[in-house]
Amino acid sequence: MDLVLELRGVSKHYPTHQAVNGVSLTVERGAFFALLGPSGCGKTTTLRLVAGFEDATAGEVLLNGRRINHLKPYERNVNTVFQNYALFPHLTVRGNIEFGLKRQGIADLAGKVRDALDLVQLSGKEGRYPAELSGGEKQRVALARSLVLQPDVLLLDEPLSALDPNLRKQVRSELKNLQRRVGTTFLFVTHDQEEALSLSDQIAVMNKGLLEQVGTPEDIYLRPTTRFVAGFLGAVNWIGGIGVRPEATQISRTTAGDHCIPATVRSSVFLGNCLQVETVCGDGQCVVAEVSRLNGSFTAGEAVYLSWNASDELRL
Amino acid sequence: MNRLRLLFLTPAGIVLGALFLAPLAIMLAYSFLTRGAYGGVTADFSFENYQRVLDPLYAVILLRTFVMAATATLGCLVLGFPLALFISQSGARKNLYLQLVILPFWTSFLVRTYAWMFLLRDTGLVNSALLAAGLIHAPLPLLYNDGAVFLGLVYGYLPFVVLPLYATLERLDKSLLEAAADLGARPWITTTRIVLPLCAPGFRAGALLVFIPCLGAYLTPDLLGGSKTVLVGNVIQNQFTTARDWPFGSAVSLLLMAIVMVLLMLLIRRGGEKLI
Repeated sequence: MDLVLELRGVSKHYPTHQAVNGVSLTVERGAFFALLGPSGCGKTTTLRLVAGFEDATAGEVLLNGRRINHLKPYERNVNTVFQNYALFPHLTVRGNIEFGLKRQGIADLAGKVRDALDLVQLSGKEGRYPAELSGGEKQRVALARSLVLQPDVLLLDEPLSALDPNLRKQVRSELKNLQRRVGTTFLFVTHDQEEALSLSDQIAVMNKGLLEQVGTPEDIYLRPTTRFVAGFLGAVNWIGGIGVRPEATQISRTTAGDHCIPATVRSSVFLGNCLQVETVCGDGQCVVAEVSRLNGSFTAGEAVYLSWNASDELRL
Repeated sequence: MNRLRLLFLTPAGIVLGALFLAPLAIMLAYSFLTRGAYGGVTADFSFENYQRVLDPLYAVILLRTFVMAATATLGCLVLGFPLALFISQSGARKNLYLQLVILPFWTSFLVRTYAWMFLLRDTGLVNSALLAAGLIHAPLPLLYNDGAVFLGLVYGYLPFVVLPLYATLERLDKSLLEAAADLGARPWITTTRIVLPLCAPGFRAGALLVFIPCLGAYLTPDLLGGSKTVLVGNVIQNQFTTARDWPFGSAVSLLLMAIVMVLLMLLIRRGGEKLI
């Protein structure tokens, strides 16, 4: 396994609170790695510890197997795409992309800038100032400015949150394609589980400064190891200590399967691609099922049976 | 809504009209009249006052005033930027340092200028200390020259540069500094390539706040420059006091004001550009 980044028991304690608490994780070279969690969970602080904007209170940050705790941000071969992009407003697109190259004393500035602009499809806009760019274009300049330096790891802090919601899905797939093309390791922070699931090879779920679980999107969605992870990745029905996701919950008017529970329909909401049926079990427990609209409709007060496949149970 | 706005604007309008516009109109009228025998004016219309301003004697003073004001402004900017930068990076002590910058305003400018005289004169603190230390054998000529005036102006107007620069630095998006470091810039490069250019509005505001009052300064050149360093402010003051030539004083004042206004308009036009 070719590790590019490793955190060993990394903590960041502030006088008032502990932002990150003993986080250990490894990132493989070329991976698209997501740090997922609610706001205040410590994911951004973890990213800033890797970038060098914060000093770890304890633990080690290793880049290519070398300890980099003591290195300043300008001494680390990692680059950041900031949440607000942080483009220099007094420099043109070209000036922004050249800024890092000049620090490295690169000879072929013009060629590098051209390649970077090609990569993010912004050729012809090198003379524009950031204020003259759209949100999506700004993001691409921020990506080009960082990628042109060929970092070992590209850090992205909520890169899609500043974009118009309509644009987000499109940029998401562009981002994934870009990462595949350049092959750079992406470490990105997000609070949006759909974003994390659709983009990443590996997801680390954080909560209250602690690492809850690391795994592939399938791992953490289908096989969560904690209740927090199960709940954060999507809705869960907790039925007698067993977790079942709404889309895995089946409703029928007749008894069927091993785990059959009688329930009463409370409401049914048409969501376009499916029906969201809210039911109440005998013990007063509320169970939500998302079922195909092709299976017919349900009306409030109707007596039904809930069932699911044993393989769909979340075992914690 | 409009009536309310008018109501609130009226007091300021009256004050400005009575205490600013009216005197200005009087000055404008006086500048085209002839001096009276014992001060005041006689109602003989003439352009003579404006012709006299073009006299090489006054042109030289005017030029020297501009050079002095520009040099003092530059001095304030050069000293003020590092100071503002230091304060903006001082964390919890920011407010203390800002108070210290403003502290001199609690004492009269006149008193503070006299204090400089006590420091700089031949038997002053600086010369006494240097003599006592054996570093010099005769007092240095620190007072009554251009250098003393420059020092006095920079000292007096430094806060007017520090405050707008500090405000600009505070508004600066801190992620830009992190982005610069992230892209490999050491602190010196970040300061000169990112912070300095982005402080342009602060520099412009500070330069205006120093340059304009320096053009009209008369107390500092009078006390620290002695008779050798006469600036246009002293010329104007003299016309209204000892020389008793109000029409000529008015003409010089208006000319100075016209020049300042032209400069201001040029600067505002530049500042109005979309990009700094």
